[in-house]
Amino acid sequence: MEIKFSKSHEWVKAEGNKAKIGLSDYAQNELGDLVYVNLPEVGSKVEIGTAFTDVESVKAVSEVFSPVTGTVVAVNEELTDAPEMINNAPYDAWIIEVEVEAYGDLMNEKEYEEFCKQ
Amino acid sequence: MLIFEKSQQGRTAITLDKLDVPAYTLKAEKREQEARLPEVSEIDVVRHYTALSKKAHGVDDGFYPLGSCTMKYNPRINEKISGFDGFTKIHPLQDKSTVKGCTELMDTLTDRLCEITGMDAMTLQPAAGAHGEFTGIMLIKAYHASRKDTKRTKIIVPDSAHGTNPASAHMCGFDIVSVPSNAEGGVDIDELKKVVGEDTAGLMLTNPNTLGLFDKNILKITEIIHKAGGLCYYDGANLNAVMGVVRPGDMGFDCMHLNIHKTFSTPHGGGGPGAGPVGCKAFLASFLPVPVYGTLPKGYNAKKSIGKVKTFYGNFSVLVRGAAYIDTLGAEGIKDAAQKAVLNANYLLSQLKGDYDVAYDRICMHEFVLTLQGLKDETGVSAMDIAKGMLDWGMHPPTMYFPLIVHEALMLEPTETETKETLDQAVEVLKTLKKQAVENPEILHDSPRKTIIGRVDEVRAARQPILKYQF
Amino acid sequence: MSIYTPHTDKDLAEMLAAVGVKKLDDLYADAPKGLKVDKINIPEGKSQMLVEKDFAAMAGKNKIYDTILRGCGAYDHYIPAAVTALVNRSEFVTAYTPYQPEISQGVLQCIFEYQTMMCELSGMEVSNASVYDVGTAVGEAIKMCTERKNKAVIVGAVNPQTAAVAKTYCNAGNEKLVQVAPDKNGLVDIKALEAAIDDDTACVIAQCPNYFGLIEDMTKIAETAHAKGAKFVYIFNPVAATVLKTPKECGADIAVAEGQPLGMPLSYGGAYLGILTCDAKMSRRMPGRVVGQTVDKNGKTAYVLTLQAREQHIRREKALSSICSNQALCATTAVVYLAMMGKTGMKQVAEACVSKAHYLAKQLTAIDGVKLKYKGEFFHEFTLETEKYTKAVERKLDKMGILGGYKVNATDSIWCVTEKASREVLDQVVAVFKEGK
Repeated sequence: MEIKFSKSHEWVKAEGNKAKIGLSDYAQNELGDLVYVNLPEVGSKVEIGTAFTDVESVKAVSEVFSPVTGTVVAVNEELTDAPEMINNAPYDAWIIEVEVEAYGDLMNEKEYEEFCKQ
Repeated sequence: MLIFEKSQQGRTAITLDKLDVPAYTLKAEKREQEARLPEVSEIDVVRHYTALSKKAHGVDDGFYPLGSCTMKYNPRINEKISGFDGFTKIHPLQDKSTVKGCTELMDTLTDRLCEITGMDAMTLQPAAGAHGEFTGIMLIKAYHASRKDTKRTKIIVPDSAHGTNPASAHMCGFDIVSVPSNAEGGVDIDELKKVVGEDTAGLMLTNPNTLGLFDKNILKITEIIHKAGGLCYYDGANLNAVMGVVRPGDMGFDCMHLNIHKTFSTPHGGGGPGAGPVGCKAFLASFLPVPVYGTLPKGYNAKKSIGKVKTFYGNFSVLVRGAAYIDTLGAEGIKDAAQKAVLNANYLLSQLKGDYDVAYDRICMHEFVLTLQGLKDETGVSAMDIAKGMLDWGMHPPTMYFPLIVHEALMLEPTETETKETLDQAVEVLKTLKKQAVENPEILHDSPRKTIIGRVDEVRAARQPILKYQF
Repeated sequence: MSIYTPHTDKDLAEMLAAVGVKKLDDLYADAPKGLKVDKINIPEGKSQMLVEKDFAAMAGKNKIYDTILRGCGAYDHYIPAAVTALVNRSEFVTAYTPYQPEISQGVLQCIFEYQTMMCELSGMEVSNASVYDVGTAVGEAIKMCTERKNKAVIVGAVNPQTAAVAKTYCNAGNEKLVQVAPDKNGLVDIKALEAAIDDDTACVIAQCPNYFGLIEDMTKIAETAHAKGAKFVYIFNPVAATVLKTPKECGADIAVAEGQPLGMPLSYGGAYLGILTCDAKMSRRMPGRVVGQTVDKNGKTAYVLTLQAREQHIRREKALSSICSNQALCATTAVVYLAMMGKTGMKQVAEACVSKAHYLAKQLTAIDGVKLKYKGEFFHEFTLETEKYTKAVERKLDKMGILGGYKVNATDSIWCVTEKASREVLDQVVAVFKEGK
């Protein structure tokens, strides 16, 4: 259950044929205090590199891109009332869980750390 | 304290005449709970809202260099005229023979606005700038549809545009193509050539653009769009810089909107009402919302109209004010206003250049954009901090963080109605703030300090929205 | 020269020198030469004295009626002097959108109070800070509903002005708008409505009191919409709302209204006020500005524009609406008006409107050949069917300073009575009808 990262700053944790997806610590730091997470519907399809939702801070809205292709099997409803979970504990605050058909290009923790420094 | 918290059961501010007909009791189902409207006396109401007005800040209170908003002086005479009984007491569905004054006003205003903009016909119906954009893009949509040219699904918008532009075009069912700005702040011609094609429905452009710069390539730009079969829409938000000097109709634009509440001096009212008349060239006139006033071009056919965009005829009371303004200024005054607006902006810019970085350092139009990225890197003081610092000096801050393509942007538009002394004072204030940023940045992070409240917790407001009084 | 530019010759010389140009025209070096106009062809400027005189003459060409018995979307209610005086305070009039909360608490609190009052009237949970008018409110409401479905149904006698604007909004977004005509009683035809709703129907829109003045069974319409998975948009009248079962109680998802009756003069159709309120679940899809309560850095209660990430300046083409400027000062007018009238005053206004309208209807229909077109209960507007409302009658009323009902065809006219009409005047109207010709 290693955590991996996409270039667009999402993290993926695989569990069997499913994976949970969230925003990296670097991403939440850049976005600032999040005030709303627009959750997709369970059953919807996600595709590698395509936005599946957006998150709002006070003065900005940012798209969240999917690092995998597959079908959404669960969404983290807690985020609706507590979007700050992403700021407070980004790696616990998963946004969606996907039944995965394919993974995109992902980095491990160390590679991602390097990537963020650039 | 909210008005609801001042309510006392049984207290009233107004009494109607005793009912002089038999009371009729409705048989229809009534509401279960009464609307909890306040129960207060007249003096409560007067003091409450007088106190609130003192917690507001208008052009009458001080310098208001809010970029892209044209906060010029709102002449009192326009207020007086729009309050004439002969305008306020007229029902919109009165017989035509009893509203000749209203019709005359709208006919005359339409013709004059057409002359100022170089357009052939105009509707006064749209209530605001964005509503005008919506209407104008609908004209473009109707035009292509009338030619059965259904492949035109895209509207091109520069990356420096107001958010309303892409939003309005999208409301009209179009996809948006963003075109980047060049090093001089204008439309990048090569990039524009790359994105135009047979799917181009049109282009939306502000000129001078949101950086306050007149696009030298304007004729080339409109030509490129026309050659591709698209139409050109002019966002009149910045017309104050050029009215009486150049006309959008001569630049190659096919339709456009005006902001009566910016360019033609009508007050902003804390966010509205405005008026956003939409003008067009003769070949688009038949698509205008009905009814249309003023001299109609040959071949006008109301049957092709896109319909109505607003009930009745528009924000008439705002149009009255604008008409009075144009009447007062006349041909020469209109041009004079534009030139002095540009002069004031350039003067302000010339005095600030030494202390602040300018996003595009050249002669500007009616506004200019500073970039405080350098200052922020150096001192930690942001555009927001400087803006908030201005509040302690009784000045309304410039527009912050717009346009989006400039980092740490402050956009200043002084308008033509300010005196040199006011501009000099503003310069002094901004220089003092710069000094503070370098010497004592903490003060600015903490500002404003003299206002009735300090910076507000916007994150809390958005995370746990409280959007009405909790009784 | 313009009287509103304060530059002296000395200023001009100093400022041009500071900028580094010789004359004003040099500032326009970027504009292609051929584009410059010598002089626009409009008259020379005038003194304020002359402008005032000329506009007074223009206003004089409009006929002011002492009594207005016409509604159809614009209502002649009494406006207390305090309302006009307070709303005309220059801090309210000349302020911009309250983007700087530290110096805009007055405007922000007014809007917060406005949102509260609108929710009290409609019973809904959330209100925005206003849209342009009722027509655009319906247009926006449809867009709030058409996330996954693409069709809207306007049912019954909705004001044709409102329906026309909604139609344009739907044409814009390529949404389908279907209008279902009222039945022979002037009311919503529930069977026809059921037939008009399909799987693609996002919402049903109905008005009460309707265009003919009739009170509809809005609960039934809401149930019909919901049974088929469509949302329900209720167009209410803010005066009637103080009495009738609320949109919320009827099951509305969105409730919109023309706010003009709340203290705004007739002003030949504008500026008016678009009221838009909705169920809490739909607040994220609501267009336009919203004010929220929060605290400042010292914990003091404060108001601020919030949920801004829905709006065009942040979301750009992904925003549901492009609205930016709204009708803020009209919203302030509504707040001050409702504060002045209060709970008791609004009930009195509603009672007077209803009683006087029913009085006039009763007196008129006692005349041979004058009858109510529809038998349903009405609020303060009713539709007459008669051959007796002739040009001559209209002219006679006109001479007496009375604007009679609005003729919608050769025989039908819609009449409105507000608290402003006295029994004496209403009796005069009846007398004119009796005289006839």
